[in-house]
Amino acid sequence: MTTQTTAPDTPSAPAPGAPSGLVAIPPHIGRALATAGGALTIVSTFLAWTWTTDFPGDLTVYGYPGGLQVLVLIGGVLTTLFGLASYGVRGLRWLAPAGADGALKFAALTTFATAWYTVLSISIELGGLVNLEPGGYIVAVTSLAAFLGALALPFERPEPDPIDPDDTSWEHFKHQASHRWTTVRAAFASGSPRPVAKLPAYVEILIIVAILALGLAVFTYGIGTEYDELFVGFLITAGFGFAALAKAGLISQASELTSRHQNITICGAFVAAALFPFTQTSDQYATLGVYILIFATVALGLNIVVGLAGLLDLGYVAFLGVGAYAAALVSGSPNSPFGVHFPFWAAVLIGAAASLVFGVLIGAPTLRLRGDYLAIVTLGFGEIFRITANNLDGTSGPDLTNGSNGIASIPNLDILGLDFGAQHDVGGFTIGRFANYFFLMLIITAVVVLVFRRSGNSRIGRAWVAIREDETAALAMGINGFRVKLIAFAVGASLAGLAGTVQAHVTYTVTPEQYLFAGAIPPNSAFLLAAVVLGGMGTISGPLIGAALLFLIPNKLQFLGDYQLFAFGVALILLMRFRPEGLIPNRRRQLEFHEEAEAPTVLGKTGA
Amino acid sequence: MTTDTTTKDATPDATAPGQVVLDARGVTMRFGGLTAVRNVDLTVNSGEIVGLIGPNGAGKTTFFNCLTGLYVPTEGEVRYKGNVLPPKSFKVTAAGIARTFQNIRLFSNMTVLENVLVGRHTRTKEGFWSAVLRGPGFHRAEAASRERAMELLEFVGLAAKAEHLARNLPYGEQRKLEIARALASEPGLLLLDEPTAGMNPQETRTTEELVFAIRDKGIAVLVIEHDMRFIFNLCDRVAVLVQGEKLVEGDSATVQGDERVIAAYLGEPFEDAPGDAEVAEVEAAEAQAEAQTDAAPGKENDR
Repeated sequence: MTTQTTAPDTPSAPAPGAPSGLVAIPPHIGRALATAGGALTIVSTFLAWTWTTDFPGDLTVYGYPGGLQVLVLIGGVLTTLFGLASYGVRGLRWLAPAGADGALKFAALTTFATAWYTVLSISIELGGLVNLEPGGYIVAVTSLAAFLGALALPFERPEPDPIDPDDTSWEHFKHQASHRWTTVRAAFASGSPRPVAKLPAYVEILIIVAILALGLAVFTYGIGTEYDELFVGFLITAGFGFAALAKAGLISQASELTSRHQNITICGAFVAAALFPFTQTSDQYATLGVYILIFATVALGLNIVVGLAGLLDLGYVAFLGVGAYAAALVSGSPNSPFGVHFPFWAAVLIGAAASLVFGVLIGAPTLRLRGDYLAIVTLGFGEIFRITANNLDGTSGPDLTNGSNGIASIPNLDILGLDFGAQHDVGGFTIGRFANYFFLMLIITAVVVLVFRRSGNSRIGRAWVAIREDETAALAMGINGFRVKLIAFAVGASLAGLAGTVQAHVTYTVTPEQYLFAGAIPPNSAFLLAAVVLGGMGTISGPLIGAALLFLIPNKLQFLGDYQLFAFGVALILLMRFRPEGLIPNRRRQLEFHEEAEAPTVLGKTGA
Repeated sequence: MTTDTTTKDATPDATAPGQVVLDARGVTMRFGGLTAVRNVDLTVNSGEIVGLIGPNGAGKTTFFNCLTGLYVPTEGEVRYKGNVLPPKSFKVTAAGIARTFQNIRLFSNMTVLENVLVGRHTRTKEGFWSAVLRGPGFHRAEAASRERAMELLEFVGLAAKAEHLARNLPYGEQRKLEIARALASEPGLLLLDEPTAGMNPQETRTTEELVFAIRDKGIAVLVIEHDMRFIFNLCDRVAVLVQGEKLVEGDSATVQGDERVIAAYLGEPFEDAPGDAEVAEVEAAEAQAEAQTDAAPGKENDR
C-alpha cells in the first residue's frame, strides 16, 4: 500500500508479471518478519498496555491477556501459524491447503488492525499516547512489522491494461487507480484449495463437531461482549480472521466436509445452538439469543418467498404481526376482547392459520403483479396491517387490538407443567425465562429449516426456482405460476406467524409499532429483507447469520445512536458492491465460477 | 396419476398415423390496429413433421404463441386432438403441446437435470405437503421423475452433463436441453421455434436427426425455421406465412416451385420490365461490384 503511490510507469516500479511484494523488502526477510512479528505480538499481549483501568477490559495486568488483548492474541497466533505453514513446517501444512501467503497477509492484517485499533482507542479515549505502557508500544511495532513483512511476500503482478494516450487526465487517473486496486487484490489473492482427502467418517464428523464448537464459541463471545470497543475489535478480528481462513482454503474445505454430511451438520448446529444458554451465567444475553432467533427464523421464512420464488415482499413483517396478535388474543391477556386462554399448541395453530389466511388474502390479488409492482403493493399491505391494528381500538373501529397500547400482559407459557416464566436448574446450570423461550424458539426454527429444506428440494421447490428464473418459460413448461407463487406466499406467511406466536409471549406485549417497515430495531420488513440479502439468498445458513449480525451490530454499537440506519445503509451499499452474492453464497452462484471444473458431486437443491 | 414413463416407444395415446393432432381454424391475432396473423388454417397429423416458413415479421412466432396459449387468438380456434385449447399456456402444456423458444429460455441457474425435472411438472402431482412430509409416495415419484429425466437427457445426448448449470452449456447443447425439457412434459405435439438458429451445419444435421428421432417416438412436430435446406430435408409438409396470411401449403417441391413464395422472399419484379439500356447498365455495375459482394440470390440458404 505504500510504494504504490509512485507513478507506475517509472523504471523503478517492478516489472509486471514478475513476482514481487507490495513493500520493497526482500521476500525471505519479509516472511521472517511476519512470522516473528506474529510471535512477538503474542508475547506482547501478556504485557500491560495501559496504566489505568479506565479503559474497559483491564489491560493493565502483566501475566495474562484481557479484553481486546485476547483478540490480538488470536490474531497473533493465526499469523504465527500461517507464517510457519508458509515455511512448509511439517505438521502445519494442513493449515493452508490453498497456499499460506494470502492467508498470512490477512492474518497479519487482522493482528495489525485489531492491535492498532486498541492502541489508538486507548490513546484517544484516555487523552494521549502517554497513557500507553511499554506493552502498547511493543504491540504496535510488532504488529506493524508483521503486516509490512507479510506485504513483502511475492505475488504475481497483474499486467496493466494499455493506456490510450488520447484520454483525458481524469481517465488516466481512473485507469491507474483501477490498476492499483487490481494489484492490491492480486497481492491478497490465493490459489484454489486441494479437495479434502477421504477421511474415515468418524474423523470427518469430529472435524464438523470442532467447527460447530468453534462457531458456537465465536457467537457466544460476540454476543457476550460488554463494551463497544470490544465488540468493534471482535468484528475486526472475526471479519479479517474469517478472510484469512478463507484465503487459506480452510473455509472451502470445511464446507466440502459439511456438504458430505449435511444432516449431521444441521443436527449438530441445532445441538450447538441449544448449548448456548448453558454457556451463559445470567439471562442477560439469552434475551439477545431469543430475539436473534425470532428475527432469524422470520428471515428464513422470507427466504422462501424472496430467495426461492423470487417474490420481493416488502411487507413481510405484517405476517409476524398477524401471528403474534392472533396468539395474543387467545392466550389470556386481560386486554383481549375474547377473554379466552387456549393452550399453547392451539395458540400456535391459530397464529399460523391466521397468517396463512392473511397471506392468501394479500397474495391472491397482488401476485398477478411482477417485480417492482409486487414490492410496492406488499409494502402498502404491510403498512395497512399496522395502521389497521392501530385503529381497532374501540374508538376508530371495533375493539379488537386495543389500538396503540397493544395487547399487554400476555401470560407466560406453561407447557406440560413447565413454567416458562420461572428459572429452572438443569444439572447445575440455571436456565432463566429467556433461555426457556430460546429452547422453544429453537424448535420453531427447526420446523422452518425442515420446511425450507424439504420444500426447496422437491417438485414445488423446483417450480419456485423456475418461476424466479423465467416466468414465461415456467408457464410454458406447465407450471401454474399463480398457484405456485400463492403457495410460496402462504407458506412464508404461516412460518412467520409461527414465529409470531412465540414472540407475543417473549415480549409480553404486542403493539402495532413492533411491525414497522423500517426502524432501528429488528425485526422490521427492511431489516428482514436485508438479512436475507446480506446472508445470501436461497440458503439456510445465510439468513441466520445475516439476522444475527443485523441484530447484534445495532444492539452492541449503541454509540452509533441516530446514525444506526445511516451506517446500515452504507454497509449494505458496500456489501452489494463487493460481495453481491451475500456472505454465504448459494451453491448455484458458486457454480457459475467453476464452469471448467468437473461436475459437482452434490448440489443441494436449495443451494444450502 | 403417477410418473410412469410413457411415450418411450409408441405411447398409449399416440394416435394412428394420419389422424389430426392439431387443427387451427381461421386463427386471427390483432394487436390494436395491427393484424399479425390473419385467418390462418393449419393442421398437423400424427407422425408428421410440418414446417412453417416465411420472411421475418410474417407472424410465425405470433402464430406459435396463439397455439401455445401465450396469446389468445382474436378470432378462430385451435383444437388439439379434437378439444379446443384452454387459454392459459400451462394448461396447453398439460393438454399435450410443448414448445421451445426462439431465443433460448432455459432456467439458467438450475442444473441440466433440474431443467428437465421442471418440464415434468405437469406429469407429477406431489404438492407442498408431500414434499414436507416425504412419504414413500414422494420418494417413488421423485425417483421415477429422475429416471425419466435421465432417459431424456440420454436421448438428446446430455446425460454426462446432468449436474452442470444450464448456463454453462455451449449454445448447441442449450438448444438440445430445451428440447429435452419440452419432451419431459410427454407432449403429443412439439413446437420448435427456430431450433437451428445460430448453429453450424454440423450441429444443424444433428438437430435434424434428433427431430426425426422425436417423430419416430410418435410425437408430431411443427417447426419454424429460416434454414431452407433444413426445412425441405425434414418436413413432410411446409406452410408459408407471408404478412400474417398463409400463402401456400404443400410438400417441399410444391413450395419451392411456387412463384409467390419466391416473390415473397426476393421481391416482385417491376411492373414494366427494364429496358435494354437499364439492363446493360446493371450488368456493368454488377461486373464492377462482383469482386466484393456475394451473389444475392440464394441468400436465404446460407445463413
